[in-house]
Amino acid sequence: MIRAAAEAKRSLAISGGNTRSGFGQQVEAQGVLRSPGLSGIVAYDPAEMVLTARAGTPVAEIDEALAENGQMLAFEPMDHRPVMGTSGEPTIGGIFATNTSGPRRFVAGAARDSLLGVRYINGRGEVLRAGGRVMKNVTGLDLVKLLAGSFGTLGFLTEVTFRVLPRPQDQRTIILSGLDDGEATRAMAIAMSLSVEVSGAAHLPESVRGRFLNATLPDGPATVLRLEGLAASVAVRAEKLVATLQSLAPISQLDAEESRVLWQEIRDVKPYVDGTMKPLWKVSVAPTSGFQLVAALRLQAGIDCFYDWQGGLLWMRMESEPEGELVRHVMHQIGGGHATLVRASVDMRATENAYEPLPAAVLALQARIKSQLDPAGIFNPGKMARG
Amino acid sequence: MSDVISFLQPREKVLARRSTIIADLADLLPADCLVHEPRELVPFETDAFVAYRRLPLAVVLPHTTAQVAAVLKYCHRYGVPVVPRGAGTSLCGGAIPQEDAIVIGLSKMSRILEVDFANRTATVQAGVTNLSISDTVGPEGYFYAPDPSSQLACTIGGNIAMNSGGAHCLKYGVTTNNLLGVKMVLMDGTVIDLGGKHLDSAGYDLLGLVCGSEGQLGIVTEATVRLLAKPEGARPVLFGFTSSEEAGACVADVIGAGIIPVAIEFMDKPAIEICEAFAKAGYPLDVEALLIVEVEGSEAEMEAMLASIVEIARRHGVKTVRESQSATEAALIWKGRKSAFGATGRIADYICMDGTVPLSQLSYVLKRTGEIVEGFGLRVANVFHAGDGNMHPLILFNANDPIEAAKAEAAGNEILKLCVDAGGCLTGEHGVGIEKRDLMLHQYTRAELDQQIRVREAFDGQWLLNPSKVFPLDGRPQTAGAA
Repeated sequence: MIRAAAEAKRSLAISGGNTRSGFGQQVEAQGVLRSPGLSGIVAYDPAEMVLTARAGTPVAEIDEALAENGQMLAFEPMDHRPVMGTSGEPTIGGIFATNTSGPRRFVAGAARDSLLGVRYINGRGEVLRAGGRVMKNVTGLDLVKLLAGSFGTLGFLTEVTFRVLPRPQDQRTIILSGLDDGEATRAMAIAMSLSVEVSGAAHLPESVRGRFLNATLPDGPATVLRLEGLAASVAVRAEKLVATLQSLAPISQLDAEESRVLWQEIRDVKPYVDGTMKPLWKVSVAPTSGFQLVAALRLQAGIDCFYDWQGGLLWMRMESEPEGELVRHVMHQIGGGHATLVRASVDMRATENAYEPLPAAVLALQARIKSQLDPAGIFNPGKMARG
Repeated sequence: MSDVISFLQPREKVLARRSTIIADLADLLPADCLVHEPRELVPFETDAFVAYRRLPLAVVLPHTTAQVAAVLKYCHRYGVPVVPRGAGTSLCGGAIPQEDAIVIGLSKMSRILEVDFANRTATVQAGVTNLSISDTVGPEGYFYAPDPSSQLACTIGGNIAMNSGGAHCLKYGVTTNNLLGVKMVLMDGTVIDLGGKHLDSAGYDLLGLVCGSEGQLGIVTEATVRLLAKPEGARPVLFGFTSSEEAGACVADVIGAGIIPVAIEFMDKPAIEICEAFAKAGYPLDVEALLIVEVEGSEAEMEAMLASIVEIARRHGVKTVRESQSATEAALIWKGRKSAFGATGRIADYICMDGTVPLSQLSYVLKRTGEIVEGFGLRVANVFHAGDGNMHPLILFNANDPIEAAKAEAAGNEILKLCVDAGGCLTGEHGVGIEKRDLMLHQYTRAELDQQIRVREAFDGQWLLNPSKVFPLDGRPQTAGAA
């Protein structure tokens, strides 16, 4: 099918469960190629911590198989459905094609770091493999990384092999209440400087605090720090963390169950599951720069936001227009990063760059790479760049 | 010197212009940056894969990214091949030059540019040694995780080229998992920045593609790496087993039980004897296989984790269990392991293989490795990272005996094919270089390799960057030259 499309130069919209379809630019394609038909776990040996599945396998099915064996996906992939207002079944191929991660990403790596190997079809219609099923592999160019996060523009994933981790036996969350954004950033940096292995560090300003855990978090902005592992170890580390931070703010704790729910809500950006198409930005900057970006933007635009990844990930909802130029201008002033428009109305997406515009030299390089994998340009045309 | 592996034919046009090229380079660079007297070129003729050597046309040792860019732009214009070089510790010939090439050595770019503790990053020039990063940030309670055995000498630029690992990557990952950004010069002299202090990148993951690309895509001149808070404590423990199979099964059970120690190192009897004779680390000599298992954390955490591991080891009939009682003892245990290659080099010449296999295949591959090497009438010592399946059989031979040298190479090739057939790969952390180049078609189909070659050409259509390496010389596009 791909070979025929390539010969006829007929473009194809590539997707898995299509739950992230609002992502990026609108794709105008003449045909559709979806993976859900390619479903099922192919191989899974818990003692090797490696799983191989066909690309269209529902993430839920993977999660279930892993849970049965006390394991999990290290990168904690977000479910985009609630915030994007989509339905359908997220697929494991879609997770890797979009390099979708979650709160644990800043310590455990992104989806791309867990991906060991893929089977894919390039734009010539050739069925190829890249990578393998072992975690140390430097045999040839790492096309696995290139394909992860390429949003279906370089190849059609048919099978993925990835590393998994033991599911922590216990977890708890330490809450510091009442810190402003700058103070919270400092507190999170202190927490990360300790040898306590914090696996989640987020700051939930007062404007969003009430939208987590049914408004049961203590009064004031909440700076939340997650600890995971063996029960005895979590207790010891919590003690150490509290001892270091207690002079900064009043401290409370969430038990394992509440902690699990809170981090799932952070992962899925609960405050902005608002039934609207108000523009939502995902901005990645250096952890200590996040609050500076927000402070500068607040002077010029109506925004609401919260922080993950030690302050380096901003989820930012705009009151009216996306203001992409402003967001990116200020972001570069505070040291750079990248801003992605995750959600916006169809009109806005037509006029705004959803992905960070790239320098000319990098853009040219990307175009050359794209033409080497998809010479006829049939996969998801226009997805990653406007115009 | 061996000659089984061929290099590209030197480009006649380049050789003919040798004196002009040297004069032009002298104009581009300060006097202390250019080496071209044949006698002075000798130190650059090979790396740690000493069986092969070629004198380069010249060596440049730039101080700045701008100088690297000027040299690449020049070489691009006149079609002169270049071979990037860090510390020259490559075990697969990644830095061995060729007669028509300019070696670009990064040794003068060895400054740590910025350490940012609040963001947990260090930005360094490519010629900075791996260990000097951890040494610099250590007093503040941080470290840089990837720790190849050559970390005292090897450079970050070289680590990025080979996506180096080390003993502790079971927990912390390899270079690609700890690299946040690079400044890199493309073959035409364009300088690009990929990544930075933030996570993930806009556009394609070019940073991930560049990491492990063996100098085929460009020259990295600066890198931003992730720093981690040092664990409260770390403790290596020695476990001696009566057979390699039991040791291998113990590794699988530890990981299957959901315990991820920071390192699990394996040594077989020959390796134990060699290392003990050299390092006097107190390794038991009455066992067939040794595991060094290291756990990290607070005292209570280490106790809890070790108790579980010891229990699993007992189920596999462990003969000796020895915990390090002090920092000195811990250092000694690691000294033995980390000096394995050096210690082996004292008793014989050796080649070190680097295949990785799925954990379930460890015992089988070990057994077959022994049989293969024995079949060639040689000896082998095994020392490797068991937690991630990265094997390092050291095949011992006498380099002065050409027949024995050829046998060692042949045995090595068979072992690597065995690794691939067992579901693994040719190289876990050393790279393909020239050593494994001609085995690539055992792991990849022609179409798969061609796809990699096409991506390579998006960066360097003239095949000037480290051109004799990674991709078999047969079946390359015309532009790539011939053997």
